[in-house]
Parts: sequence; C-alpha cells; structure tokens
Amino acid sequence: MGPNARSEKHTTTMELLRFTTAGSVDDGKSTLIGRLLYDSKSIFEDQMEAVKQSSERKGLQHVDLSLLTDGLRSEREQGITIDVAYRYFATPKRKFIIADTPGHIQYTRNMVTGASTANLALVLIDVRKGVVEQTCRHSFIASLLKIPHIIVCVNKMDLVDYSEEAFNKVVEQYEAFAAKIDVKDIRFVPMSALAGDNVVNDSENMPWYKGESLLHTLETIHIASDENHSDARFPVQTVIRPHADEYHDYRGYAGRIAGGIFKPGDKITVLPSGLTSVIKSIDTYSGPVEEAFAPMSVSITLEDDIDVSRGDMIVKDDSEPQVSQDLDAMICWMATRGPRPGAKYHLKTTTREVMSIIKEVYYKLDINTLEKQEENTDIKMNEMVKIRLRTTQPVVFDEYRKNRITGSLILVDESTNETVAAGTFL
Amino acid sequence: MHKYYLTHLQELESEAIYIIREVVAQFDRPAILFSGGKDSIVVTHLAKKAFWPAKIPMPLIHIDTGHNFPETMEFRDKLVENLGVQLIVGSVQESIDKGRAVEESGINASRNELQIVTLLDSIESHKIDAAIGGARRDEEKARAKERFFSHRDEFGQWDPKNQRPELWNIFNGRKRMGEHFRVFPISNWTEMDIWNYILQENIAIPSLYFAHQRDAVYRDNTWLPASEFLQLREGETIENKLMRFRTLGDITITGGIESDADTLEKIVAEVSATRSTERGNRSDDKRSDTSMEDRKKQGYF
Ligand SMILES: Nc1nc2c(ncn2[C@@H]2O[C@H](COP(=O)(O)OP(=O)(O)O)[C@@H](O)[C@H]2O)c(=O)[nH]1
Ligand SMILES: [Mg+2]
Repeated sequence: MGPNARSEKHTTTMELLRFTTAGSVDDGKSTLIGRLLYDSKSIFEDQMEAVKQSSERKGLQHVDLSLLTDGLRSEREQGITIDVAYRYFATPKRKFIIADTPGHIQYTRNMVTGASTANLALVLIDVRKGVVEQTCRHSFIASLLKIPHIIVCVNKMDLVDYSEEAFNKVVEQYEAFAAKIDVKDIRFVPMSALAGDNVVNDSENMPWYKGESLLHTLETIHIASDENHSDARFPVQTVIRPHADEYHDYRGYAGRIAGGIFKPGDKITVLPSGLTSVIKSIDTYSGPVEEAFAPMSVSITLEDDIDVSRGDMIVKDDSEPQVSQDLDAMICWMATRGPRPGAKYHLKTTTREVMSIIKEVYYKLDINTLEKQEENTDIKMNEMVKIRLRTTQPVVFDEYRKNRITGSLILVDESTNETVAAGTFL
Repeated sequence: MHKYYLTHLQELESEAIYIIREVVAQFDRPAILFSGGKDSIVVTHLAKKAFWPAKIPMPLIHIDTGHNFPETMEFRDKLVENLGVQLIVGSVQESIDKGRAVEESGINASRNELQIVTLLDSIESHKIDAAIGGARRDEEKARAKERFFSHRDEFGQWDPKNQRPELWNIFNGRKRMGEHFRVFPISNWTEMDIWNYILQENIAIPSLYFAHQRDAVYRDNTWLPASEFLQLREGETIENKLMRFRTLGDITITGGIESDADTLEKIVAEVSATRSTERGNRSDDKRSDTSMEDRKKQGYF
C-alpha cells in the first residue's frame, strides 16, 4: 500500500468486506488490527497521540496499539477485550468493517455475534504455540455460522527467525483439524504483526513465502458470490401508504431483499398466507428499478390488492422456503441464566415475531471438540445446543446453510425482554 | 453475466434504510434527533428515502443549547418545511430557567453536558420510545461499542457492560414502560463515507461546512468562532480567517479549521488527506480518556 491508502475517491467501485477476528490472549490480535489501521492510514494523529500518552502513563516501553481498540473503561483497566468492538478502515479497493471479538470461552457469545455478519474470519495463531483450544473454538464458530472464508494468520514469525519449517508445522496442524469443519476457503499467511511482515507489505524476511500479504488478500478475495442470488426472498418490514392525493392508491411493501432476484412481472407468493400476485413495480426514492437483489432496500408494489403485512415473506414460485411450527435449530445461549422450565420466548426471524417454547433439547455441542453430549442437557451461557422449538404461529424460514438471513433467529425472554439465544435453522 | 453487487455506499445506505424502517415498524413514537450537523442531515435524508413516496412518519427533535450558529437554525427550519414533518425543540435555556439544569461556570463552561437533561426531558414529555441518532462508531472509542438498537433504562442511562447481543440483522426493540431506545442507523459509516455520500446524493448542508471568512480566536489547537458567548482570555486576539467547520454543534465549543475547501469535491479531497479526527476539534471530548463513555452512560447522544 502506498501513502495514499486512505484516499477513498473511487467510491463507485468499492465493495464492503466485513470480517471478524479472534484468537487467544496475547496472540497479537490487537496489535494486528492496530497495524492494519495504522499502515492503511486509518489512524489519525490525535488518536495516535492519545494512545502514546496512555501507553506512557501505563509505563509501557512501546506504543500499545491495543489501546486503540479497547474502548470501555473496564477493558482499558483490565487490558482485555470484553465486548465486540467495530473498527473501520478503507483502501482504494475496499472498505472494511472489523468485528474485534474476545477469544475466551466465557465470551463465546460475543464471538458468535461478531461472526454473524462476517464474510471472513481471521484466526490468529502464535507460531510458537501452534493450534490451541481457542483456535479450534473460533474456527468451529466460523464454520457453524457459515463464514465462507478463513485466513489463518500465523503470527510472531520474528520470534522463530522467520522459519519456514515452523510455519509449515502450524499449517499441517491446522489442516489436520480443519478436516472436521465445513469451511471451503482456508488460507495461511506467516506474519509478524509487531514488525509488520506480510500484514500490509510483503515481508523481506520470508522470501520462501510466495503468497500475498494479508491486506492484499483482504482486498482481492472474491466475495460477490457469497450472497444467495438464486432463492428469491423478501421479508416485509412495513407498508408504505402515503396520505397524498397523487399517491392515493399507493401501497408499497417496504423491505430489504434477503436473497434471489426480483423483477417487475415476476409471479410471487406471500407466505405464510399462500396468496399470490404479480410484481407491478420495484420502487426506490431514486426511481423504479428493473431488478432488485440482496441486500437492496426497496419497496414492492403488487398487481392485486391482497393482504400483506409486516412479518410476511414475499417469495417466487420457483423455490419456496419452509413453513412450519415445529423447528429444529442450533442455538448459542447468551443469557447468564439458563432457560426456566416452560418459559415462553418471542422468536424473531427476519421481520417475523411469534411466541415459542423449547420442546426438546437434543444435545449439547462441545465447542472445543465438536462432540455431541446427549446426557447433560441443562443449558448454560455460551453453550451451543441443538433444540426443537414449537411456535404459536407458522414460521417462514430456510436452512441457515442456504441463507444466513432467512435461516437465523433470536429468542427474546418474554419477561425480561433480553435476547437470550441466537440460532440457526437446520 | 450481470454482476449483482452493491458498492460500499449503496450497501451502507441499504443497511441504514432497513434499520430506520425497523424503528418505525417496532416502536409507537419514534423520532429523529436532529442537531443540524452533517450526520443528522444524512440520517434525515435516509429516512426520506426509506418512506418515499410517503413523508417521514416521525418528528425531528432538536435540542437547542441557545448557543447556536444562526446558519444552523435557518437550515433546520427550511429543511423541516420542505419535508413537511413536525419539529420538536427542547430548550436548554428553559431547563435552566425551570431549575432542571444548572449552568456550568468557570472558563471551560459549556452547555454541552446540560443537553443531557433537556434531551431526556424531551424524550419523556413527548413519550418518545425510540430516538434515532446520527452517532457513528468510528467517531470515538466508546461509540465503537454501541449497538444499532441501544437500550436505555427508565433513567435514560446506558449500561455498556450489559448490552443486548445483536446478531445478523435481527433487532430486539422490546422494552418496559418508561424505557426507551437510541437507534444509530449510520453506525457503520466513517466520516469519509458521510462526505462521499453527501457528494454522491448532492445533499444540502449548512454553509458553515464550506470555507468562508470568519472572525475567530485560536484556542486549544482550534479556531473558535467569535460570538456573543465567547470571552477572550488574556493574550488572545480575534483574527479574520478563511476557515470551515468539520462538525457542527454548540457554537461555544465547535472549533473550525483553516481551509479553502469551498465545494463538496474539495471537502472530500481535504478530509481524505487530513491527519486528525473530526472530534479532535471538540473540547468536550478532551476532558478525559473516557469522557464520552461517561456522558453516554448518563444519556448523552
Ligand atoms: N515479537 C512479537 N510480538 C508480538 C507480535 N504480535 C504481538 N506481539 C506482542 O504480543 C503481546 C500481546 O499482543 P496483543 O496484540 O495485545 O494480543 P491480543 O491479546 O491477541 O490482543 C504484546 O506484547 C505484543 O507486543 C509479533 O508479531 N511479534
Ligand atoms: Mg487484545
């Protein structure tokens, strides 16, 4: 990257890439993020000055770039990342959103949160330690949440004299483990986050490495095809009815396309009612569009005056989602207390909300080994559990592996209003 | 084959419109917090797009410190008229007169913190259950931890350590009576995104953002505008400068920069070359390392 990395002038062609990072404590995650931000000129002088001063106050010899990302008082005091922090940087090619998440097992729920919207996961490994429990856990979460790409950052290469052998050993270890998970695209980059080797610039210390630097990979990895463009899904958020004479009969269904491609003239079905019609127009403030695809926000008008409201899903006839009141899901429990017996939950998926109860717990997933535990099924915070839910009203959904938007859900406790679980439909 | 992808600005726009529509669908009495600054102008523009051809189905709330740039007020009134929406004004002066808030004294006095009282009172008296704001996560480190849907207890307070997890694009706006939400549709935008978007959409913004001649005094590394509220300190002199503002707020604490950027194109070029954050010119953030976190916990924007 040249010195002009921050000039984002070519905005018409820039794409957005969301990625998550996790690794064990002290693997160098904060240092890596700090370096990406610093070397891509996304850290301003006054921010840098503030970090320098804080580092000095703490009596540190070097500038602690992790102070850039650890924002809450309690995090700065304890020197650890507790909550998900979002960071932003851009190069002329892409804008990046980083969800920086803590790696401890007691923060699994934060990792899940960060992973839910990510296109890519960075997994950090200290080359001296190799694959450890947290490496596996983070990779499992990436796989469960269907993050399509993983980049394994083999860090602290400077501490092993930039040895190719040491790097290869970690790659072998990880590949042996990765046979258990379902991620199609896994790449490895040897680096020193501290010294900057292979982060933004290619390393002179590792001539044996023929691959690209991390930033180069982030800038060029192909993500456009990660979106589902085959199964048309349009969850209705709200109905737009202007009270003006010129739009007297206007009835627009507002929403964000969750999959597939819609065009005027398409035959559609509204679920769960099963009513059918034809798309009259797809409107935006800037004018009608000829086709709309995920993740566009639009308003759809129909040829017929049928009953459509928030929580309904407009789909095309060629591929319909499932509609059911008995649902199998893999959930991550997010609340400090486990489910109360017989408790009712608001199940929210896309724009739909129904009441539900947990009918059955099939098994718990050991997040370190992916083993199923069928004996001990009382649910605790941060645990991954396969459950069956029963709902009062039908739910319209897809398997999560087909569509991450129509395939996801949260459970909201009826009495506390807390989000107690996040899940994926199976 | 046609390539189905959005540019980053289109995707950010789509995300923000989705969130604004969720607010209107999930809450009874939402409102937009309108400061007159570029971020709240962009939020208002996005709301216009979200509900077109209907009008924005909620009022704008302006918390008026009484220390305003006249240009901001003119701009606000014209915008409200064009949009045909209701404007609610919460007056800090009124809060002071009623004894709800106490004016700060001393040389660093400002009405910035007092806004919290007026803001919370306005939210309560108009029974607002969701207040949409233009805060961005890249602005400040405490803001980097904000949710899109940020829960506030019955005292209007934020509990950063106990936030609801937020996954995918499912937003939980459930609350008890008396509680409310702050919602931040442009959380994922950077200052650069805002400017590029204003340029792309040709959005009208107050003239204060463009380079103009103005009387100002240099204090704490920034050019503070001369106004009836500004008291000169020893050794300070007023100078006439070609300058502009990167953020707009209370006139007593908003500093400007020397600049000749008098078009949107020039502003975009200038911002992309700048080496300091926009809030670097805001004296309210310089009070301590965690001053934003502390103010946000109490109910600040
Ligand atoms: N030698 C060396 N030290 C590193 C490297 N990356 C990080 N560190 C150091 O490892 C320690 C932990 O780093 P930090 O970024 O806070 O790790 P985190 O807990 O994963 O966020 C710090 O002292 C860093 O300076 C590296 O590539 N080489
Ligand atoms: Mg860290």
